[in-house]
Amino acid sequence: MGSKLSITLLALAALTTVAQAQDKSSDIIARGEYLARAGDCTACHTAPEGRLFAGGRAMPTPFGTLYTSNITPDPETGIGRWSADDFYKTMHSGRFPDGGLIYPAMPFASYTKVTRADSDAIFAYLRSIPPVDQKNRPHDLRFPYDNRQLILGWRTLYFREGEFKPDPTKSAEWNRGAYLVEGLGHCSMCHSPINALGGTSKSDAFKGGLIPMQNWYAPSLTSNREAGLGDWSIKDITDLLQTGVSARGVVYGPMAEVVHNSLQYLSDEDTRAMAVYLKGISEPSPPPPASSALPTTESSLLISLGKTVYDKNCASCHGTQGEGKPPHWPPLANNQSIEMESAVNPIRMVLNGGYPPGTKGNPMPYGMPPFAGLLSDNEVAAVVSYIRTAWGNRGTPVSAREANELRSAPLN
Amino acid sequence: MFARVAASALVIVTLAVFDGAAAQTANQPPDTMAARVEACTPCHGNKGEGTSDVYFPRLAGKPAGYLYNQLLAFRSGRRKYPPMNYLLEFLPDPYLESMAEHFAGEHPPLPQPAPSEVSKDVLAQGELLATSGDAGRNIPACVSCHGPGLTGMQPGIPGLLGLRAAYISAQLGAWRYGTRTAKSPDCMQLVAGHLTEADVTAVAAWLATRPAPTNPAPVPKGTYALPFGCGSQPN
Repeated sequence: MGSKLSITLLALAALTTVAQAQDKSSDIIARGEYLARAGDCTACHTAPEGRLFAGGRAMPTPFGTLYTSNITPDPETGIGRWSADDFYKTMHSGRFPDGGLIYPAMPFASYTKVTRADSDAIFAYLRSIPPVDQKNRPHDLRFPYDNRQLILGWRTLYFREGEFKPDPTKSAEWNRGAYLVEGLGHCSMCHSPINALGGTSKSDAFKGGLIPMQNWYAPSLTSNREAGLGDWSIKDITDLLQTGVSARGVVYGPMAEVVHNSLQYLSDEDTRAMAVYLKGISEPSPPPPASSALPTTESSLLISLGKTVYDKNCASCHGTQGEGKPPHWPPLANNQSIEMESAVNPIRMVLNGGYPPGTKGNPMPYGMPPFAGLLSDNEVAAVVSYIRTAWGNRGTPVSAREANELRSAPLN
Repeated sequence: MFARVAASALVIVTLAVFDGAAAQTANQPPDTMAARVEACTPCHGNKGEGTSDVYFPRLAGKPAGYLYNQLLAFRSGRRKYPPMNYLLEFLPDPYLESMAEHFAGEHPPLPQPAPSEVSKDVLAQGELLATSGDAGRNIPACVSCHGPGLTGMQPGIPGLLGLRAAYISAQLGAWRYGTRTAKSPDCMQLVAGHLTEADVTAVAAWLATRPAPTNPAPVPKGTYALPFGCGSQPN
């Protein structure tokens, strides 16, 4: 009787341990899924209508087309034979387990900052998803970029290996935000000027730039004249990141993708941490250049035509004073993305319109109509010049030629 | 005296609450689907009736299932038209479903058919193909799937009325070249693969000359049997 009881107790204890271990591993997998969202892995590693993380998505670059790889646990075509060590080293050093160099379209210059524990959690999650038997498609790069040894040069110039080091002079919240923005979030991949070598230099981090191949301008996250968030409230920043819309502005284009696939899934605490960090890195900016490249007479003609176009087509939503009906119909007055030096985004929005992403917080977003078929180049230039200079906005007028050039910009 | 003060205070509070509510509504866009789909209207018309551009189709009154399938196909890039692919890329399924239902529920009158630019012989050839097909070349009649009245069938088969010849011909061309595809079995790709360019011109021209029927609504699901399998209209 006594031994029977103790066996039962032993069995119970063993069961409890197994259950606890399972709990723990499912916790790690859930955390890994959350972190994979924070890293927006799916944006590149899942093809349209493709299986989750099976790769094969074409990534056009100035150097040719890259095809993303299968990161499902399939042993033949995916990463099923990798160890957690292999995965960490790849994320951390930008090299395959066999030492081969990875093209820096994979943001390992940011992922190098990810901690070992977080890397292990992401790996555990990737091990838990269904394996997909799908061979990686070879890249299609032009000479000389098809030579991977060139990556060594890029790495020397632009890659600094190393995990995130917290700044002890800042709050834990600031440091958590910095870890997410600089690491998994890989924000600097777009929000930094991309030079001819496809790199981002450290000193230019977060200074904004035109995204190659997409022709959208990713504004600076440090300049308050662009997307610097120095004079934004924390609530407006977290609204924008979590829902895609805010009292100050709305995300479209490539940033809509980031909110859709990644940021909307982050916890309130992590979103707030990112907001605190982003607000903290903004810097006071020099006053805007007063002059435009256009002759004054041409500018004033444009702006007067622009007001006519605006009153007829835009004022019903954005208001006669550019006040909008935020958050769904964004304000244009005192809107940095309208005023900033690059007029690419406002011109594109007039031509192509757009929808903010559908998110948990904003599942049925309002859309901006495309005006490419309704307005001439001159009218587009006029209305953009008008909104960039009216109501105290301090942007400069744009020419019909700039408007015309963006008619052929890629849309996806 | 006290009661009067209290009463006025109550009135003031009520007014303030009322004003607040009114201001909030006035400062927000209308909470309607019509306001949410304004991005569709420059090309498709305010009620989905179409515009003067002959390549942009009428949406109004088409079966919601058909419209939803198209929205999904544009979102994934399966159906290629960059301005549409771009607009829909980050919108969730339930929202696309609501958009489809919105335009399916609009019933602006069908346009007057435009005078045709092709000869009577070509129109006659178009009519023959549309109403009888060509069994020798494996071409079914349009009416065998799109309905005797060409008004389509719920939930997935669109009506073919109220469309311009340029649009129909561009779509048939896209099916033939494989730039427009649908769920397997992709019945329209099979059909279009048997059409010549002359067939396309003829059938598109004839369809565009059809007057509006008394009842333009798509017929209910299962009203007639399809001659072959169709991924967009599962049985």
